[in-house]
Amino acid sequence: MPVNIKAKLVEKEQLKPDIFKFTISAKEIADTAKPGQFLEIRVSDNIDPFLRRPISIYDINKENSTVTFIFQVKGKGTEILCKKNIGDDIDVLGPLGFGSFNVEDYKNISIIGGGIGVFPLHELAKVASKTANVNTYLGFRSKDFVVCENEFNKISKKLVITTDDGSYGANGFAINYLIEDLNKLKTDCIYACGPSPMLRAVQKLALEKNIPCQISLEERMGCGIGACLGCAVKTAASSKDMPQYVHVCKAGPVFDASYVEI
Amino acid sequence: MLLGTFGYGREFDQFIDLNKLGGIITKGTSLKPRPGNKPPRICETPSGMLNSIGLQNPGVEYFAENDLPWLKKFDTAIIVNACGSSIDEYVELCKILNTLDIDGVELNLSCPNVKAGCLAFGTTYEGVKEVTSAVRKVLDKPLIVKLTPNVTDITLTAKAVEDAGADAVSLINTLLGMSINIDTRKPYLANNTGGLSGPAVKPVAVRMVYQVAKAVNIPVLGMGGILTGEDAIEFMLAGANAVSIGCGNFVSPDVSIKAIDGIENYMKKYKIEDINSIVGTVQMN
Repeated sequence: MPVNIKAKLVEKEQLKPDIFKFTISAKEIADTAKPGQFLEIRVSDNIDPFLRRPISIYDINKENSTVTFIFQVKGKGTEILCKKNIGDDIDVLGPLGFGSFNVEDYKNISIIGGGIGVFPLHELAKVASKTANVNTYLGFRSKDFVVCENEFNKISKKLVITTDDGSYGANGFAINYLIEDLNKLKTDCIYACGPSPMLRAVQKLALEKNIPCQISLEERMGCGIGACLGCAVKTAASSKDMPQYVHVCKAGPVFDASYVEI
Repeated sequence: MLLGTFGYGREFDQFIDLNKLGGIITKGTSLKPRPGNKPPRICETPSGMLNSIGLQNPGVEYFAENDLPWLKKFDTAIIVNACGSSIDEYVELCKILNTLDIDGVELNLSCPNVKAGCLAFGTTYEGVKEVTSAVRKVLDKPLIVKLTPNVTDITLTAKAVEDAGADAVSLINTLLGMSINIDTRKPYLANNTGGLSGPAVKPVAVRMVYQVAKAVNIPVLGMGGILTGEDAIEFMLAGANAVSIGCGNFVSPDVSIKAIDGIENYMKKYKIEDINSIVGTVQMN
């Protein structure tokens, strides 16, 4: 059940020049949030910027009643957000999204993330690691962009970090290493979040190999609660003449890979 | 206090007490289901947003079976926003709406985001009068017609609404706009253009409400960038008999409740007993 609250910023860390990790004290959200869900943050009381910023949940700590999110400074909204100080109140709406990552009773799972798409995968990997073997494949542009390696290392049985230019970890795209391992290791389900080309490749791979696959999508979002119908994504059932749309904020952000057209 | 851009209400029930609202204007509903436009459908702009949703909705039959019974649980007026692509379609839709347990119909003649219909009917005196008259013949329920601001003189279309026998006018719908990504040199919206709403349009809306309220004798429902009680008061001073909140609901789900509180505070401050007494009392310089 989502709530709209003012949550205190209790921890703040700058991971990269443009990437910030915020932990907020938010019992109402921590109590009910699930891996893959997101928050809508109003960065100021002013009318500009006008809309909330959707940001995925990185970590849920039910014991401490805190929720952590990591975001990249991309525009005027996140520019304002990153200047908040510990002790400041943040206007948060969440947890949002009915489609969350579902761990079921899988024993061996693979997680693949790209760039800032790795963040929503963290809580999933953490939860899944309690009952399953987690193999994680994270791709970044280059060495300077690699984040959260230690955190994912702790909760993964195997962690592969790749960079597009080979400046850190394995060389090339993360999916190539996932493909290699799929042939050797038993995989019950693949979970993915990242840029669209990566998600399309993962979707194709999972459908071909007939492996269950859950992917987290992004689309320009208005309200975050299913009212404005802005964040539309086409379903696989669409025909050329009759498209069918569902909404990332409501039906997603996590979808079964066979359900959507990316 | 009425709410548009409110889906069919379900999305907001988890945050606010819908019984506190004077009414809910549903999202645009058509005779048959509409898939809506290709994404990206929305784009933030200074103090506002552009949208090109394309009237995605499940159709009137689905609404009647699934959403209306749920909405009827609340003590609030239900007004259905009706859209179509031809006069026949508006008439067929309103024949069905006339049989439903709803409190009124708001004709959407002015959506800028769909190829056929809507805006085409909404921009001329003749167009508005023709479709409104046709609907009036089949609709016994209160009929509101929503006006587009994308015209040279909005008092002409407002008069058409009155002449055709509608019960009220609502305004403004969104202003047609465009926003370009300078890196890709493409518009942000897949549909290229979209409707501008939010506080950015409020002064335009207030001006048009003022003009329309002077030009017609039927009630005026004002909207366009309202976020607070103070905003609502401004519309009422300009001549709005009632106000409605659109995309403000996207900023905070409880924006309507807070606006109602804001109106009450204003009434206390100026010792106003009946809010209707301030309607149209702006004192022009």
